[in-house]
Amino acid sequence: MIRILSRTRLLAVLTTGLAACSSAAPPPSGKVLRLALTDEPPQLNSTRATDQESGFLLGHLMEGLTRYGKNGEVIPGIAENWQIDDRGATFHLREGAFWADGRPVTARDFVFAWRLVVDPANASEYAFIMYPVRNAEAVNRGKLPPSALGVSAPDDHTLRVTFEQPCGYFLGLTAFPSFLPVREDFYARKKDRFAADAPDILSNGPFILTRWVHGAALTLEKNPRYWNAARIQLDRIEVPYITKDLGARYNLFSDGKVDTLGLPREQLDRAQADRLRMQIFPDGSVWYLAFNLRPGRPTANWHLRKAVQLVFDPREYVSRVVGIPGNRPGLSLIPYWVPGVKAPFRVEYPLAPVRPKLAEARRQLDLARKELGGRLPTLYWLADDSSSSARDAEYFQNLLRTRLGIDLRIDKQIFKQRLAKMRAGEFDIVAAGWGPDYADPMTFAELLASWNENNSGKYQNAEYDALIRRAQATAEPKVRMDAMAQAERIALADVAILPTYERTLVWAHQPRVQGIVRHVVGPDPDFTFVSIRE
Amino acid sequence: MLRYTLKRLGLGLLTVYFIATATFVAVHAVPGDPLSGAKALRPEIRANLERKYGLDRPLVAQYGVFLGNMLRGDFGISFTQQNRSVNDIIRDHFPVSATLGLLSLFFAASGGILFGSLSALLRGRFSDRTVMFLVILCISVPSFVLAALGQYLVLRLNHAAGASLLPVAGWGTLRHMLLPALVLGLGTLAFQTRLMRSSLLEVVNQDYVRTARAKGLSPVRIFFSHQLRNAILPAVTVLGVEIADITTGGFVVETVFAIPGLGRYFVQALQQFDYTVIMGLTVFYGTFLVLMVILVDLVYGLVDPRIKVAKEGP
Repeated sequence: MIRILSRTRLLAVLTTGLAACSSAAPPPSGKVLRLALTDEPPQLNSTRATDQESGFLLGHLMEGLTRYGKNGEVIPGIAENWQIDDRGATFHLREGAFWADGRPVTARDFVFAWRLVVDPANASEYAFIMYPVRNAEAVNRGKLPPSALGVSAPDDHTLRVTFEQPCGYFLGLTAFPSFLPVREDFYARKKDRFAADAPDILSNGPFILTRWVHGAALTLEKNPRYWNAARIQLDRIEVPYITKDLGARYNLFSDGKVDTLGLPREQLDRAQADRLRMQIFPDGSVWYLAFNLRPGRPTANWHLRKAVQLVFDPREYVSRVVGIPGNRPGLSLIPYWVPGVKAPFRVEYPLAPVRPKLAEARRQLDLARKELGGRLPTLYWLADDSSSSARDAEYFQNLLRTRLGIDLRIDKQIFKQRLAKMRAGEFDIVAAGWGPDYADPMTFAELLASWNENNSGKYQNAEYDALIRRAQATAEPKVRMDAMAQAERIALADVAILPTYERTLVWAHQPRVQGIVRHVVGPDPDFTFVSIRE
Repeated sequence: MLRYTLKRLGLGLLTVYFIATATFVAVHAVPGDPLSGAKALRPEIRANLERKYGLDRPLVAQYGVFLGNMLRGDFGISFTQQNRSVNDIIRDHFPVSATLGLLSLFFAASGGILFGSLSALLRGRFSDRTVMFLVILCISVPSFVLAALGQYLVLRLNHAAGASLLPVAGWGTLRHMLLPALVLGLGTLAFQTRLMRSSLLEVVNQDYVRTARAKGLSPVRIFFSHQLRNAILPAVTVLGVEIADITTGGFVVETVFAIPGLGRYFVQALQQFDYTVIMGLTVFYGTFLVLMVILVDLVYGLVDPRIKVAKEGP
């Protein structure tokens, strides 16, 4: 789910690896998968969860109306089938779905949870994801009571949803953690303790949480009451370690104590020497430079931005700076994997890459210099304190100095202060990234709308906004995709952002583990298809 | 003695109050806040969150609430671990840090006294020089290097043995604690060794030691009742600060060995600007440190009868 887009997120959840080298300890008996988590899950209350770790765990403990299949397609979950049109949707819930305590999962459990998500008193950060549902925004703003939300349960096995406006990607949303069910009586009994500890969580998914030692360990056991329990081959998922330390996670993998390992760039050499069988996972995120377009900033000048674009070669950047095999050179705001009308969006709406042209870049720079009053100002690059951020900044500092004679100063801040300065507009250039919430171009296209809080450069283009509004007002795929493709071309012509790369992560797993599925959207990694080779 | 203790406790309370206030001012003075994340919040969602956490109220009112709650021992709910109160975090994780800290302190104190004494008694010889070289090494090498190195050595050892002799990381049994406690305590051990050596060197040739020797006491008796007891005072002095330091300062070691201690939460809270956790843990640590310093001052009197704490000047 929500990506914490820090460059240092290295397979947050995964510590995996393949030991071709001899593992010290024999693997445990039984069908057990062992993991090391990077962080303690901050929040297992699905109506308030926002982070990757929690999304991963909820994806294994819970099941929504739908979930993601092996190839990232939306497959039936608690809902057996559904009808969706421009005005709303009707979901038919399966009869055989039960909570872990044996009571049936009903449509009312969804109604209760969804109202909670938009209830202002619950203060859910992801309340906006529910905004396609009628009145969700008004409820979240406190203008209507939660009961006004456009969702109802005519009977135990029918869930009726009305839309605020047609929503072309609603089905995918129903697999998102915010849309998971919560049973009212259980929630009321737990009050503030809901989801705080293992006994305070009621599962309806493939696994149940049987142990949660904060900061140290979690145990997930197969849920025999899950409607599709026959599909789940694992008996247990053990999380015996929680640590941010990359070296420790590598050592645990190498010692045969955990089954998966995420590999950052710094460990690729060691992994190669240890002959780990590495795998790559394009995680669906897009990285780009955001130019500050607020009036008065030098980067508000189009010629200056164009000049920067014309000296930048994403191919060289990917091979020399990102340095991890499988990363794609940045081309656009909407990455290559996003589905379009029938084929991938990028196939239906191809873009020609911008190649570096030094002479043209210098011509643009001269124009910029004239418009900026005869001399080139110093530019400020906002960076955080990670090593990858420094690498980025130094690469561009060198590039702009040698090719254009632009002086780029690096303003290095700790993560939170970088965010504060970014939101306050105290920068000229900042490197940013975005991970998708759902598999539709809109999750990226809306980023540059003038009303979007994550539009850090404050790009404003009435035409762009109008096209996004048009795409949001209909569920007709062709109309939506056309509008978003046109909007994208406008933003790229404006050089509102400079796409740098589309990220790929490297990871490994022990050979005894088969069938780990990685998801670009939805809980990742997905261990519900895993089998253990004895 | 009682009056002195009460006076010290009163002053300690004042110190804690200043720590709390300074922390409150500091966390609110730096740019950024606990609600900002990688994804920016919509204004209405931010407003809901601010209302929930009371951040929409004026700073003075927030300070009042903070002090009031603190007096009741309630530090509030964590911003990042949204289902847990700061008290939950302290209750769950301080015992872990304390266990690790006490074990490493045991290593440090016993090792420090042993090696310091050996080194002083054998001063100038090869073993003295070796010990002093190792001491300098252990003081200079930061714990994150020692931790990573120690872990890697255990991994190699396990590979070579083809079995798990020692766990690479994790927490739960004494076997899990040995390596991290050693790593955490090594710096303190080295420091104590040096302290012990130099203060022992000061007393070895004192008149009363010569007298004891002339009386025909056994070297063992001389060492324990005349030399060690007189030389140990500086080591006890720093012990108070070290207890607090070592039971709370194991952040790196806790991270490397995946130990659910309090240090990790503290550092994480600072990175996340988790106001309630930062303030709660600072006050908790502050109180702990103040108490340890008072405790050590009281222990002086027991170790060295010449120091009469109760009769200290104004």
